[in-house]
Amino acid sequence: MTATMGLDDRDMGTPAREGAPVRLTIDGFSVTVPAGTSVMRAAAEVGLSVPKLCATDSLEAFGSCRLCVVEIDGRRGTPASCTTPVTDGMVVHTQSERVRKIRKGVMELYVSDHPLDCLTCAANGDCELQDMAGAVGLRDVRYTPGENHYDPSGTGARSQAEARLRMPEGEANPRYIAKDASNPYFTYDPSKCIVCSRCVRACEEVQGTFALTIEGRGFDSRVKAGAASDDFFSSDCVSCGACVQACPTATLQEKSVAALGTPTRSVVTTCAYCGVGCSFKAELAGDTLVRMEPYKHGKANRGHSCVKGRFAYGYASHKDRILSPMIRDSVDEPWREVSWDEALTFAAGRLRAIQERYGQKSIGVITSSRCTNEETFLVQKLARAVFGNNNTDTCARVCHSPTGYGLGQTFGTSAGTQDFDSVEHTDTVIVIGANPTDGHPVFASRLKKRLRAGAKLIVIDPRRIDLVRSAHVEAAHHLPLRPGTNVAVVTAMAHVIVTERLYDEAFIRARCDWDEFLHFAEFVSDPARGPEETEALTGVPAADLRAAARLYATGGNGAIYYGLGVTEHSQGSTTVMGIANLAMLTGNIGRPGVGVNPLRGQNNVQGSCDMGSFPHELPGYRHVKNADVRAIFEAAWGVPIDPEPGLRIPNMLDAAVGGTFKGLYCQGEDILQSDPDTKHVASGLAAMECVIVHDLFLNETANYAHVFLPGSTFLEKDGTFTNAERRINRVREVMKPRNGYADWEVTQRLANAMGAGWSYTHPAEIMAEIAATTPSFAGVSYELLDEKGSVQWPVGDASPEGTPIMHVDSFVRGRGRFIVTDYVATDERTGARFPLLLTTGRILSQYNVGAQTRRTENVAWHEEDRLEIHPHDAEVRGIEDGDWVKLTSRAGETSMRALLTDRVGPGVVYTTFHHPRTQANVITTDFSDWATNCPEYKVTAVQVGLSNGPTDWQEDYTAQAERSRRIIAAE
Amino acid sequence: MAPEKMVHMANQIAVFFRSQPGDDQAERVAAHIKDFWEPRMREQLRAYIADGGEGLDDLVHRAALSL
Repeated sequence: MTATMGLDDRDMGTPAREGAPVRLTIDGFSVTVPAGTSVMRAAAEVGLSVPKLCATDSLEAFGSCRLCVVEIDGRRGTPASCTTPVTDGMVVHTQSERVRKIRKGVMELYVSDHPLDCLTCAANGDCELQDMAGAVGLRDVRYTPGENHYDPSGTGARSQAEARLRMPEGEANPRYIAKDASNPYFTYDPSKCIVCSRCVRACEEVQGTFALTIEGRGFDSRVKAGAASDDFFSSDCVSCGACVQACPTATLQEKSVAALGTPTRSVVTTCAYCGVGCSFKAELAGDTLVRMEPYKHGKANRGHSCVKGRFAYGYASHKDRILSPMIRDSVDEPWREVSWDEALTFAAGRLRAIQERYGQKSIGVITSSRCTNEETFLVQKLARAVFGNNNTDTCARVCHSPTGYGLGQTFGTSAGTQDFDSVEHTDTVIVIGANPTDGHPVFASRLKKRLRAGAKLIVIDPRRIDLVRSAHVEAAHHLPLRPGTNVAVVTAMAHVIVTERLYDEAFIRARCDWDEFLHFAEFVSDPARGPEETEALTGVPAADLRAAARLYATGGNGAIYYGLGVTEHSQGSTTVMGIANLAMLTGNIGRPGVGVNPLRGQNNVQGSCDMGSFPHELPGYRHVKNADVRAIFEAAWGVPIDPEPGLRIPNMLDAAVGGTFKGLYCQGEDILQSDPDTKHVASGLAAMECVIVHDLFLNETANYAHVFLPGSTFLEKDGTFTNAERRINRVREVMKPRNGYADWEVTQRLANAMGAGWSYTHPAEIMAEIAATTPSFAGVSYELLDEKGSVQWPVGDASPEGTPIMHVDSFVRGRGRFIVTDYVATDERTGARFPLLLTTGRILSQYNVGAQTRRTENVAWHEEDRLEIHPHDAEVRGIEDGDWVKLTSRAGETSMRALLTDRVGPGVVYTTFHHPRTQANVITTDFSDWATNCPEYKVTAVQVGLSNGPTDWQEDYTAQAERSRRIIAAE
Repeated sequence: MAPEKMVHMANQIAVFFRSQPGDDQAERVAAHIKDFWEPRMREQLRAYIADGGEGLDDLVHRAALSL
């Protein structure tokens, strides 16, 4: 059973082309295809599959295996159908006697250097070499074993099983190379390689890492990862899986398939890691997940994946998962496993008792940007319709809330303007405050592909991220700004564009408010805002900044991609507005290849914001103060909606410390680890009387919880995620929830325990309610999603199939609005006590607080957080690579090991926050974005010094966490 | 919320709107606070101002009149 939604999932051999129609005849069948299409693909279009080994439709044709030869009337010889483009009137024969003979001969040669262990091979049943041997009718191999790569014994064995029996002592086949199992997820077995180069090409063309190569010539040719001394793990390989997927044999093979056997069914679903939102085929045997394979019809990823989505799903079956509800009266007690009914009654009773004692607004919810739209919708509905307040917030508060405010003010809606396909039409890309190769790897691969094709790149980042210079990619400009000076840099770019008259006056006059532009132009033209004057504070050489601004303004289609390095600042919202200003100034809005594109951190950040998770907005970004909007929900839900905004996450914690906020239902977020100023978060949680954690694991927040409700993984439920391109994509139940209930069911049961009377029987009904109440989702239904695969909001009467690109003819708010962006230095300043600036980020193999990825083999790549420090700063402190160092800010101190690198400039240090023991957020402060309270994670003044190991606080924390995780099992 | 934190947050809002054109900055500060601050935060701000409002930006003082 394959839920491929009616789409053809076959390998068409070579990539699709766009071009004028060309008509030809293949084996008597007439077919019309776009010019540039290969004969192989044209044949596949009419259902005629030409045998092939080195061709696959994710890669450009290579023409090496000679298995796909055909005959063409009027042409000499037997051309390879993969490399031969179609021409009008061409007459092709794919099955003549002549080509059959050639193919059989080719296969015989391939198989003469391949072990005959099919029955015990991990690729048995999923091997193209095996398939082709069948397809060409290979019945015998006439060649006796001679020089070969497959027989370890060197005794002329036909199979490796036989070779093991014959294995001599001391002597062996010098050409045989043993299997490389160094990668945690797949093996490389050179003895089964047919040197088709598909893996090498996938690494280059699809992933863009260039980790693989063909070493040697002729019979000595071998696939090699990295340099001579490397294995797969130590090479540049990023474990994206593209090579494994491309391999036609068992040479590159998932260890899971080797262990579990070939899958027997597959379900198309959406990855639950980053905001790229890749589509995958979850391949299973029964309810055992065997493999996650990127789905080639996925419109976000186009068949590609990264190490997280492709391989890091083991957390779903990890022994740490909590499958029974648990409660306790106070957080110093051990947990007691109880029934769902008892846990929900306990939770509901406590929440209602708190409201009676402390008031209706004394409790609230945190929705999860990792859960589905439907689940998020229900959690905010719980606050609004059952708690009777607007105390709902989401983890997007601490990542992209400034995007909501900034783009809302300038363009009129809180979302990226493009689809990911747009990058294929970009000429100049600005990446600011984002590290796509680590944070959004599949988008990074698509971007790198475009850069290799000639697009120019400008990187604005304090660190020299990989994109600045890596295989076949080099940024035209890297502006290594001092953390906290984004607004000054973006405004200086606008200064250059305006004062050098590089702006698009026609666009501005047609699409924006001209008076506001004039004011803005006057503001940015002040020499004090130019690159020369601001160089001293930003650290960016003025000439580089000028050149970068000129390139963006004049270099064809200009697109800006940004991440949390933009938003997580005191002026996060201002920088977002500054970015929008740049796009409007240069007319880079409203067509393919341009736009403003926030890269969302988690899978459903966009969706959780869309679904009304913020305390001031109902679903669809409509303020609660608007009576007409409230009326829609009041009619649908039959309850009055509070017209006042509720508490944001930091406000909830402040109110908790202040004694007026006492109860919290927190779904799928770990605020104690992920939110800034850990000690303040802990005090807030400790002051509450009922903390309900609904999660897969006993996370750090659960140390302070009274109720634990087990969560379900993305594999165990139906729903939708909305990715960074506003793409609403189906999440499908691949297996039944191990905890018994999908998360939306748990929320519904909690609501009903509080008297709500909800009766949803499937998430499709929740989506129907979303569509009925939220204009941007008006046309969305599960039927539409099943039919189209995915759609980008807004979906309604004006755009029944969705909206790939926004603001095409006019901005959502009417005229685009230029907003003055005055640089204001953050109050977080370096000085004698704290002379360095700490900034934080993410690494490829780990995800967010690491709750999922730390419970997978991904820890092989990153087992601890390290502090990146410039060698100069390290030297003056006597710090050497690998030393334990103490990191101190005005908020707290922690320790970790140092990593000396010039990726960070002098004066800047950097770390990740994937491991709870590190507690990077003990250091971060309570400063936040002026408009949204998004924390200023990216700038903290710190001091670094040598230490002996973990701090007392870390030791105490670990002990407290262990105490708090004691569980008394149910009888 | 700690008073210093509240003062810091309110002043950040004032600093932004002071940079904006027009003569309605105080109204815009008030509107922003009304739109995004929960009533008990606004109440704390009003009480703090009634108490003298030390450290608050002048724009916040003016905005508070219409809160």
